[in-house]
Amino acid sequence: MIEVKDIFKKFGDNEVLKGITANFKPGVTSLIIGSSGSGKTTLMKNMVGLHEPNSGKVIYDERDFTSLDTKERIEIRKEIGMLFQGSALFDSMTVERNIRFPLDMFTDQGKGEKLDRVNDVLERVNLAGKNKLFPSELSGGMMKRVGIARAIAMRPKYLFCDEPNSGLDPKSSIMIDELVSEITKEYDITTVIVTHDMNSVMGIGEHILFLHQGEKWWEGSKDEITSTDNKELNEFVFATKLMETLLKKK
Amino acid sequence: MVFHYFGKYILLIQAVFRKPEKYIIYKNEIFREMVSIGLGSLGIISIISIFIGAVTTVQTAFQLTSDLIPKSIIGGITRDSTILELSPTICSLVLAGKVGSSIASQIGTMRVTEQIDALEIMGINAPGYLILPKILGGVIMIPMLVIVAIALSITGGYLAGTASGAISSAEFIQGLTTDFIPFTLFVAMVKALIFAFIITTVSAYQGYYTDGGAIEVGNSSTKAVVISCIAILISDYVIAQLLL
Ligand SMILES: Nc1ncnc2c1ncn2[C@@H]1O[C@H](COP(=O)(O)OP(=O)(O)O)[C@@H](O)[C@H]1O
Ligand SMILES: [Mg+2]
Repeated sequence: MIEVKDIFKKFGDNEVLKGITANFKPGVTSLIIGSSGSGKTTLMKNMVGLHEPNSGKVIYDERDFTSLDTKERIEIRKEIGMLFQGSALFDSMTVERNIRFPLDMFTDQGKGEKLDRVNDVLERVNLAGKNKLFPSELSGGMMKRVGIARAIAMRPKYLFCDEPNSGLDPKSSIMIDELVSEITKEYDITTVIVTHDMNSVMGIGEHILFLHQGEKWWEGSKDEITSTDNKELNEFVFATKLMETLLKKK
Repeated sequence: MVFHYFGKYILLIQAVFRKPEKYIIYKNEIFREMVSIGLGSLGIISIISIFIGAVTTVQTAFQLTSDLIPKSIIGGITRDSTILELSPTICSLVLAGKVGSSIASQIGTMRVTEQIDALEIMGINAPGYLILPKILGGVIMIPMLVIVAIALSITGGYLAGTASGAISSAEFIQGLTTDFIPFTLFVAMVKALIFAFIITTVSAYQGYYTDGGAIEVGNSSTKAVVISCIAILISDYVIAQLLL
């Protein structure tokens, strides 16, 4: 479980996070939603230590990440997988080396064992046999899937995804969403996804956190989200015609 | 302000020299950088050196009009100016353009495409993994390139001097071998080593702290070259003052 306790974050005078508190449970896909600039990415980066919060704590299964030094953090980092918005694959390496890279760095596994693991996760993301391709030879959706494969190669306990659907067509988006949500259940991972895609919310939104201007404005599940009378949340949810039409049909 | 950047630079260098996660991976990266910096620059360094030597010889001959001075001195002047100043400094300025811009844009691109964040999240010391092999590659290969440059400059000088009739082959060789001070070679190597460190670290710093997108990567790369060149010239002067 990841506990976020009263996180504040400022950039200069710009107070981006104003006291966020939330819990993220294993085996559950949690979504952080909100309009652009509401602080979603900042919250995630504070959780994984790419930014330092001004105050507040992030606790990974009783371990207070915020108070650890670089060396101690690395031990927790090895349990974290992350999928970046632009996939962030190493473009000088093949798909196989990208996925194998953390294994090369941190394990003493033999060649065969590592290759088995690579092929395992590639199969899991439906990219079996693409080992020798370079990132530049992949489509956006394929890159995201390699990103997921790399993130899960070390069997992480925690998985973070920043806008996994951005730049993808609806069909690929759904595929990525379902993949992440299945993996979360399968390996009992604590998964946190940042998104502003309502399709994802309605598809895999077990646990949803709505941020508004740096505050936690609402928390709930996809079944509750359409019936809330929270004004800002409604504006966010019904910003697209699609949602309105779908609800009317219901 | 300058102190702020210098402090950031020192902190980055400190992070670079933290203990590597896995030596074998670093070793492979170092070899890759050695090939890329060394072999990759051999062509341009060779061409430049031959011409520098040729021009130095021809111009020295042109300036020595007096019959009282033996012609063999041309060989000695070519040798000394090549070893002490021309080969290490001009090669390093050229390498700042070639190697420096490539390091800055490579690391800068990794920054803006979040590849550096990805390394950090995996628990890898990104400065160490990305920058250490480049520093070592540069510090090993650039002095070697300078040795090659010195040899080719003198060869170029010999060819141009004898071909133009400015000096005979025997006179040139006599000049080369008279009054040679081995210490000048040592100075050349010290310069090459320090310039190599400057080129690789300054460029890596510029790339590492790139913020934004493609335009900023371009800016970082330009800044890397400009700042490296200035730093090379300043330290060239300081080394000359201290060692000579
Ligand atoms: N590194 C940074 N430096 C300064 N301001 C930042 C930085 N990152 C984010 N911000 C600011 O924080 C606010 C929230 O950004 P972000 O978390 O990226 O929003 P979201 O992901 O919800 O779209 C924005 O106003 C943005 O300008
Ligand atoms: Mg964002």
